[in-house]
Amino acid sequence: MATTMPATDDKPVIPLTARDFKGLVDPDWCAGCGDFGVLNALQRSCAELGLRPHEILTVSGIGCSSNLPGYFNSYGMHTLHGRSLAVATGAKLGNHRLHVIVTGGDGDGYGIGGNHFTHTARRNVDLTYVVMNNQIYGLTTGQISPTSTMGMKTKSTPFGSVEAPLNPITSAIMNGATFVARGFSGDVRHLTELMKQAIQHSGFSLIDIFSPCVTFNHDNSNAFFKERIKKLEDEGHDTNDWKTACEKAMLFGDTIYTGLFFQKQAPTLGGSEPVLEPDEPLGLQTLGLDKEQTKRIIERMM
Amino acid sequence: MAVGSFDFTIAIGGEAGQGIATPGDILARIFVRRGLHLNTYNAYQSIIRGGHIFLYLRVCDEEIYTHGDKLDILMCLNQDTMDRHLQLMRPGSWVLYNEDNIKPGEAGDGVQLCPLPVTKLSVTRNRLSQNTMAVGSAAHLLGLDFQVLEESLTLRFQRQGQAVIDENVSVARAGYDHSVANFEAFDQTVPTGPKPLAVWSGNEALAMGGAAAGVKFYAAYPMSPATGVLHWMAQNARNLGIMVRQVEDEIGVANMVIGAAHTGCRAMCATSGGGFALMTEAVGSAAMMEIPAVFIDVMRAGPSTGVPTKTEQGDLWQVLGASQGDFERFIVAPTTPVDCFNTMPELFNLTDKYQCPGIVVSDLLLSEGRFSIAPDLIDMHPHIDRGELITKGSSTDGYMRYKDTETGISPRALPGLEGYVHVVATDEHDENSQLLSDEFTNPHKRRKMVEKRARKFKVAIEDIKPPELEGPADAEITLIGWGSTYGVIREAVEILAQQGVAVNHLAIKWIVPFHGEAITEILSKSKRVVVVENSFSGQFYRYMRSETGLSVDGHIRKYDGEPFIPHHIVDGVKAHLAEKIECFVPYQEAIT
Repeated sequence: MATTMPATDDKPVIPLTARDFKGLVDPDWCAGCGDFGVLNALQRSCAELGLRPHEILTVSGIGCSSNLPGYFNSYGMHTLHGRSLAVATGAKLGNHRLHVIVTGGDGDGYGIGGNHFTHTARRNVDLTYVVMNNQIYGLTTGQISPTSTMGMKTKSTPFGSVEAPLNPITSAIMNGATFVARGFSGDVRHLTELMKQAIQHSGFSLIDIFSPCVTFNHDNSNAFFKERIKKLEDEGHDTNDWKTACEKAMLFGDTIYTGLFFQKQAPTLGGSEPVLEPDEPLGLQTLGLDKEQTKRIIERMM
Repeated sequence: MAVGSFDFTIAIGGEAGQGIATPGDILARIFVRRGLHLNTYNAYQSIIRGGHIFLYLRVCDEEIYTHGDKLDILMCLNQDTMDRHLQLMRPGSWVLYNEDNIKPGEAGDGVQLCPLPVTKLSVTRNRLSQNTMAVGSAAHLLGLDFQVLEESLTLRFQRQGQAVIDENVSVARAGYDHSVANFEAFDQTVPTGPKPLAVWSGNEALAMGGAAAGVKFYAAYPMSPATGVLHWMAQNARNLGIMVRQVEDEIGVANMVIGAAHTGCRAMCATSGGGFALMTEAVGSAAMMEIPAVFIDVMRAGPSTGVPTKTEQGDLWQVLGASQGDFERFIVAPTTPVDCFNTMPELFNLTDKYQCPGIVVSDLLLSEGRFSIAPDLIDMHPHIDRGELITKGSSTDGYMRYKDTETGISPRALPGLEGYVHVVATDEHDENSQLLSDEFTNPHKRRKMVEKRARKFKVAIEDIKPPELEGPADAEITLIGWGSTYGVIREAVEILAQQGVAVNHLAIKWIVPFHGEAITEILSKSKRVVVVENSFSGQFYRYMRSETGLSVDGHIRKYDGEPFIPHHIVDGVKAHLAEKIECFVPYQEAIT
């Protein structure tokens, strides 16, 4: 887990429930959208971990699922399409005490934001990335996404997609992510456990979640996943074994695995930066240089 | 024309990889340590080995603002330099070259050709010997004691050990002695100024200004000619406690800066036009989320990849139009290196106060030039004002991030504080951060939020000094420039005054907000107005006209990649006085 926030007062800490993480407004997602299950799991996991809303920063991009920070009670940033991970990296380095949780969709994260996905994973930035993967562009009313299956018919592919989908799990492992899991919005209990582990993991954690779009993706529905999903932990999967993890992640037929595919411990981006050593986060430090610092700068110029 | 009583320019030409920077550095250090003013310009190409590089080093006992019009010593490190530049040498100048491999051309009257028998005099076979030998000879021509050069060489090479120092000193000594025996030195001794000066580049001034302003987060993607800011920041990161990151692309850079800024860091980034183009969507997002962040665009010749190592003022319209929508931001074009420094704390205070993005527009000439600076002119402890920033938690309820206040400025709480939990959003939102598109898209709320953000800027212009006219009130011509042309116009005005032509100068630094009324008032008293700018289409003039309705009498424009030098402006002013012409485009004489 990221550095624990020091107690800010001496009031007794009252345990929070998932309800305390409910935002100011109710989601405007379509009835039956998988994202409800993801929001629910996130609220439960934060409550169960004993986090407080002010200790969390949720960062999202643009898309149906990226509206999540508005529905979640914590500090939030609803940023540009595809840029959530870059903004979140800056925010995490600016205040490394915050628990940074990034939320978004497959188009936002693997399409327009694909470059940041690669580099945030390899840098092992200490944040949790929750991707609601519905294999479609929903907010733009149904076009293919980077995870749409071949042959899928959408408004932009009326004769069927001819492109192979991206595999978020194998991509993340190859890019150097240190916690890589897959969840299903239809199994909130399992998803909650995965999220708790991800938030507690030190480093970049990805949870790619099948979160079916009930309006625009009729190929990959709740029923589609329910009859195929098997849990890795039920089969004694070794989470240190990246090769087997990749093999299992690539199955997308009669069996589709969920659970924790891969985990390892590695230095995080902030953890190896001496400028983050002072207890006070960068963003809260008093500004201005001291005489010694100034002297060193001027001496170099002479 | 000389500015001070001692005004001397040394040019070193060769190809990339021949080690031009080292002799340039050694000479520059000698001069500034003596308290002399320095202005250098390096004409180079986007190449690591080969090509043609030409470094101008101008030294003067008075303050100088350009690399000047004349060359006194030409150091040729290759034949190409001799062939290109010999024709520019005027009576009383010297041309140093390695006679082993460079054939001199036809020198004009009074130009002293100074061949150096490098192989014969050299104690080593080091291919860089010719550079050090030329420096030794130049030291003699300038009447410097060899000891001064020896000290400078010792300092320059001290990290490489005594053997390297000894080798360089002996080669320089050979060049010096050969020069004493064979060449006639400059008839003036190099003077000494009141106190030693320091050296910096415009990029270093921007970086240092940011550091002095309290920058805690700097991110960049390498891009000429802005990379110098990254290098300074990276070098000083640990001393100053600044998080410095090299990011995958400029989109990531700008967004990372915004993320860090949201947590309370003063945060900035620098790039050139192409990188800035990638940042533009983020600039608008900072405005919409009301997060202060600073973006620097160091302009180079465009469009597209353009001429990566050449200067131009062609990005003005890009920064004016950066990002979709209608929003508030500051745009400022510093005029001199010290102004680059001072602009940063000023801009950070403004962007904090008004919670919006700020854009700094520099260019290759200003950012990559190296200049002397008196250390006591650098205020490393400027006034810091963070505006309405909440940094302590509270138990009171009802905080609204975008509260509609009288000034439009809503107190900004930093994430992590108890009692201020809120969301910031790039979607239009209401006072309490709720997205307008999450419900009925209420036109009244939309109008209120647009007006709230705009209201902040109603008074911003009062925080910014209006431009002032320099020079005689009754001048024949008023020259208007913006940003980096300040120095060259200033020197041209002085030269014209010495020639009996009265010209004054209005230098514009602040682009947004724009002091249109003050400018109109000043220009209403001018006889003729000529706009000087380093772009083809006159982007600044067209912007000024759109803001003020003013038209002008003529233009001096340059868009060949090389900067103006004083006589280009002098010639332009004379051409405008002699006959009615619309636009004077000076001819760049040396093929640098």
